Amino acid sequence: MSEDILRMRGITKRFPGVLALDGVDMRVKRGSIHALVGENGAGKSTLMKILSGVYAHGDFEGEIELEGEPARFRNIRDSEDSGVVIIHQELALVPELSIAENIYLGNEQTRRGVISWDRTNTEAARLMGQVGLHDHPQTLVEKIGVGKQQLVEIAKALSKQVKLLILDEPTAALNDSDSENLLELLGQLREDGVTCIIISHKLGEVLAIADEITVLRDGQTIETLDTAGDAVTEDRLIKSMVGRDLAHLYPPHTPDIGETFFEVSDWTVYHPEHRDRVVVNNAALTVARGEIVGLAGLMGAGRTEFAMSVFGRSWGGNITGNVTLDGRRLKLNSVSDAIKAGLAYATEDRKQYGLHLDYDLRENFTLPGLDKVSKNGVIDLHEVTSVSERLRGDFGVKAPSVYQLAGNLSGGNQQKIVLGKWVFTEPELLILDEPTRGIDVGAKYEIYELIQELVDQGKGVLMISSELPELLGMCDRIYAMSAGHITGQVDRENATQEELMRLMTLETASGGEELRQ
Amino acid sequence: MTIKTTAARPSLWTAVRNINLRAYGMIIALVSIMLLFQVLDVVLQDSNFITPLNLTNVILQNSYILILAIGMMLVIVNGHIDLSVGSVLAFCGAVSAIALSDWGLPWYLAVLVAVGTGALIGVWQGFWIAFVRIPAFIVTLAGMLLFRGLTLKVLGAETVGTSGPYNDLASGYTIAGFDLRMPTLIIGILGAALYVALAVRSRSREVRAGIAGSSQLAWLAKVVVLAAVIVVAAYTFYSYKGLPLIGWILLALVLIYTFIANRTVFGRHIYAGGGNEKAAMLSGVKTKQTSFWVFVNMGALAGLAGVIVTARLQAATPDAGNMFELHAIASSFIGGASMSGGVGTIIGAVIGGLVMGVMNQGMRVLGVATDTVQVVLGLVVLAAVFFDVWNKKRASGPIVGTTPGGSGEAKRKGGGGPDSGPDDDKSKDKKPEPVGAE
Repeated sequence: MSEDILRMRGITKRFPGVLALDGVDMRVKRGSIHALVGENGAGKSTLMKILSGVYAHGDFEGEIELEGEPARFRNIRDSEDSGVVIIHQELALVPELSIAENIYLGNEQTRRGVISWDRTNTEAARLMGQVGLHDHPQTLVEKIGVGKQQLVEIAKALSKQVKLLILDEPTAALNDSDSENLLELLGQLREDGVTCIIISHKLGEVLAIADEITVLRDGQTIETLDTAGDAVTEDRLIKSMVGRDLAHLYPPHTPDIGETFFEVSDWTVYHPEHRDRVVVNNAALTVARGEIVGLAGLMGAGRTEFAMSVFGRSWGGNITGNVTLDGRRLKLNSVSDAIKAGLAYATEDRKQYGLHLDYDLRENFTLPGLDKVSKNGVIDLHEVTSVSERLRGDFGVKAPSVYQLAGNLSGGNQQKIVLGKWVFTEPELLILDEPTRGIDVGAKYEIYELIQELVDQGKGVLMISSELPELLGMCDRIYAMSAGHITGQVDRENATQEELMRLMTLETASGGEELRQ
Repeated sequence: MTIKTTAARPSLWTAVRNINLRAYGMIIALVSIMLLFQVLDVVLQDSNFITPLNLTNVILQNSYILILAIGMMLVIVNGHIDLSVGSVLAFCGAVSAIALSDWGLPWYLAVLVAVGTGALIGVWQGFWIAFVRIPAFIVTLAGMLLFRGLTLKVLGAETVGTSGPYNDLASGYTIAGFDLRMPTLIIGILGAALYVALAVRSRSREVRAGIAGSSQLAWLAKVVVLAAVIVVAAYTFYSYKGLPLIGWILLALVLIYTFIANRTVFGRHIYAGGGNEKAAMLSGVKTKQTSFWVFVNMGALAGLAGVIVTARLQAATPDAGNMFELHAIASSFIGGASMSGGVGTIIGAVIGGLVMGVMNQGMRVLGVATDTVQVVLGLVVLAAVFFDVWNKKRASGPIVGTTPGGSGEAKRKGGGGPDSGPDDDKSKDKKPEPVGAE
């Protein structure tokens, strides 16, 4: 047996009009964790789809060698039979079925053609133990969190006798502790002899866990780095990924902070269905003109719930508290009230809640601000087009025209449309919920610049992010939230990851006290 | 993002690719079907199919389906369905006939009673659908039984005859004694001229702003063909008795509703709510109110269609409008509506209805048995939707800024299906879903 479990040579894949992969080479050592990094559109997912048989042999040029044997997969079944299993970014689980059923979905444990629930559940329990999942095998998948759902996917892969496990952005939707768990599990699988290929945007975790890193750019292999031998740093990787030096991850910015104009106080929100569950508890914060204020917290801390409940009660039940803008107390009973009052909320989930993917740029840009391009309820279509054209330019959306469908654009460009559509409503305060989630380094930088431009115009920005370095790099002041309480705030000068993490995990009883100090 | 692309160098192929087949395909299909029957009639029966009389009959016999289809298209675009329109139509027709014949109301008040009754029914159904959030399928299924039952109740299982100017609504060629034959030709020509003028104006504005969406040639071809179709249609109706009154009513409805759908904030909100309800809601669209009014509108149009059916039969009957809901729904889907909402045009629904009407008429002229007609129409519905699916696949090739291999995927995700975006939190109890609070 050779040292390499996988060799891919000269992989070239064309789509009509686009050369997605251009002679990519990649070798993966047996029993290692191999990271695949690159900007969005670099070809990572396409390469992994080729490896896992999503694109059949013959649809592309080049050779794949698995354990020294040429591999010609016609479909996913073929690749799984050879021990190659891919876990996509969008988990392929059926929420209404149990964990055990999901693990053996498509591979049902039968006796004489009849499903043996006994064996399904006991075998599932064994696999779940292997991945550190201690729920009951008959728990419905919809009842467990995303972190555990990832583990179910891995258990499912293990049930297929996986030799080469491919994970596409496994930690994108996970919070820090879930991510850590998962990475630890990958290390454990490595010891059990499972080779992993991991695609990730989070360079920190890549450096922490990977044995080797292959960088793709514009459909070509740039280099493969050995994390043990070479001195690899984040900067080094970014340079290799974007093909240029990003002197800093965050654009330099001199804040010009004016007076405090936006204030939320005594804000309490209950869960809309579980009426006795407090989700946001007596929260309060302020934003000044020209200021970027961060809101840090672990998943489930109530940050999004807080933002959406402020934004015209678009989430939650039994909401109490005050919102004031420029000293005026706002009555926000609907999203349109909030928009009229000068608030904007760019959602963390741009595909589901932020955009109409089947509609073009014009419709997406102007939807919340249709009043501005209409008179007596009648829309000026010419105005719609020229406004969209202007926003497309201002926000640097890379699309051939405003007639392009939003769904055909990359994540970074979609995020720019979301920003554009809210800026068009001329808000005083923008709440940005995970504004850079799932987008690549270059596009992130552009988004940061846009945010800074907005505050330079005297607007206020409240930025929710799960990435602490991003908050530290961008914000003038950061609030931390834990279990519905705002547990404290730190200035730019005093902010460190450790201090924020301490506040984010603070026991909530003392939370209110700390804020008042 | 530096994806290599051919879009910078437009080839003939990309030009063909960019043609929106959906937009013109239905018109082409309608014309082709008419030509097909023309050929069949000449060969088999030595007669013409495309005659002023036949075309007038297509309008007269399908007018009420077309009215329903206009409302149904908005319902489907908004992401709902209405199974009750046939029964609502029968009930409104019955009430209106009673108002005319038993209460002795003048014809226009009898029409108003029908439309008002329909709107009230829309209020009832819209309330359950929009505010109580019971699926439209269930609410209108209940309505289908409910209003059929009420029709039988008010009519006492008998027919109520109608007479006078009321009946002219469905089959007359005059309005207030004024003959509509000459106006058909004049307004047809003026309409074509107006269309050309408007098209030129908006084109020049777009060109000046550098935002023209299609090539000069494609635009010119479209304008010339559509203007010609308007003039030819006007002349054809003119050479029989002119466009019947109901044709004028339909024309007005198509123009008004197209304007509402494309040019008003309310219209765009119907689309936005159907395309992605949560995103629309978070963009300040009052999605519940919008859906409510869509159903009120559907009810009012069903009321109007009830008048036309009653006037055409010269009587309100207990089984009027049976299966009409399915014809209206089929018209919308043939006309390009998407099952998941957010997509469809008023003109598409009308053309979809006309495709069915022309096929029906054509086969009847050829003496095809009713059972066969049904089989063929069923296949047409399937074929039209297949064409739609195929066209979508064709159109979703990679474009600039697209992640290769990700094309089309985004669209599928956009459908709000279970496999949504990559950064979605799947666990339902953790994700804050927007709730309408307006």
